[in-house]
Amino acid sequence: MERIIFYILALIIVVFAVASVSSRKILRAVMYLLFVLIGISGIYFMIDYSFLGAIQLAVYGGGVIVLFIFSVLLVHHVELELEITPLRKKLIAGAVTLTGLGITLWAILTFPFQQAAGARTIEVSDIGKSLLSVDAGGFILPFEVISVLLFAVMIGAIVIAKGKKLNK
Amino acid sequence: MIEGISIYEILTLSTVVFFIGVYGFFTRENLITILMSIELILNASAVNFVVVNTYLYPDFLQGAVFSVFIIAMAAAETALAIAIIINLYKLVSSVEVKDTDTLKY
Repeated sequence: MERIIFYILALIIVVFAVASVSSRKILRAVMYLLFVLIGISGIYFMIDYSFLGAIQLAVYGGGVIVLFIFSVLLVHHVELELEITPLRKKLIAGAVTLTGLGITLWAILTFPFQQAAGARTIEVSDIGKSLLSVDAGGFILPFEVISVLLFAVMIGAIVIAKGKKLNK
Repeated sequence: MIEGISIYEILTLSTVVFFIGVYGFFTRENLITILMSIELILNASAVNFVVVNTYLYPDFLQGAVFSVFIIAMAAAETALAIAIIINLYKLVSSVEVKDTDTLKY
């Protein structure tokens, strides 16, 4: 059963990822990206890490996609179609991508991973405790750095987006 | 971990998503769609962190915690990049890569 669900999710993710990078209508590309992100959050739920699945849904499905839609609506006409990429560029990019994919897949599939026995559900309380722990192996420092980063980004985004017109 | 699914299958999935993102990064000519390809790449790497953590080292939490950090960084990066794109649109009235050839000075 879980096998079937995983394969359906994988199919959804790959198909919509390809659609998202090849669609010529930009708003549709954003919607396809939303489906990919929801599929990936499904993978997180299946791995029994539901906290990250919820974060993925909230931050990506609720925040990032809305930002994308806002920016698309601000800078484009909705019906506008993107330019067609030259075939030569597509072929070169496809060749480079396929080569990289082949090498990486070969390296992954031939590497003998030692799978640990026994599954584990990652609880929210474990994550919270390790994020705020000051003992060895605690994550209090990166947690603080991330919070300072988010604050700086908030101010920076406001300052940058305000900007002035260059050639009045 | 998922019953009946080995680590190879999930790593294959995330690798495919990663390289679809790389393909989009190479071929797209619009700043917003390039940013979307970057989102695909970041998501694939976050999946890798979680999967390696839960399949190979289930007693530790490093990968699980760092995937939260990756998502926070990705959201911050998107917000800042979209602010830059909107400012750029005010300056040159376009978000195509070929039109953005002027620096401030």
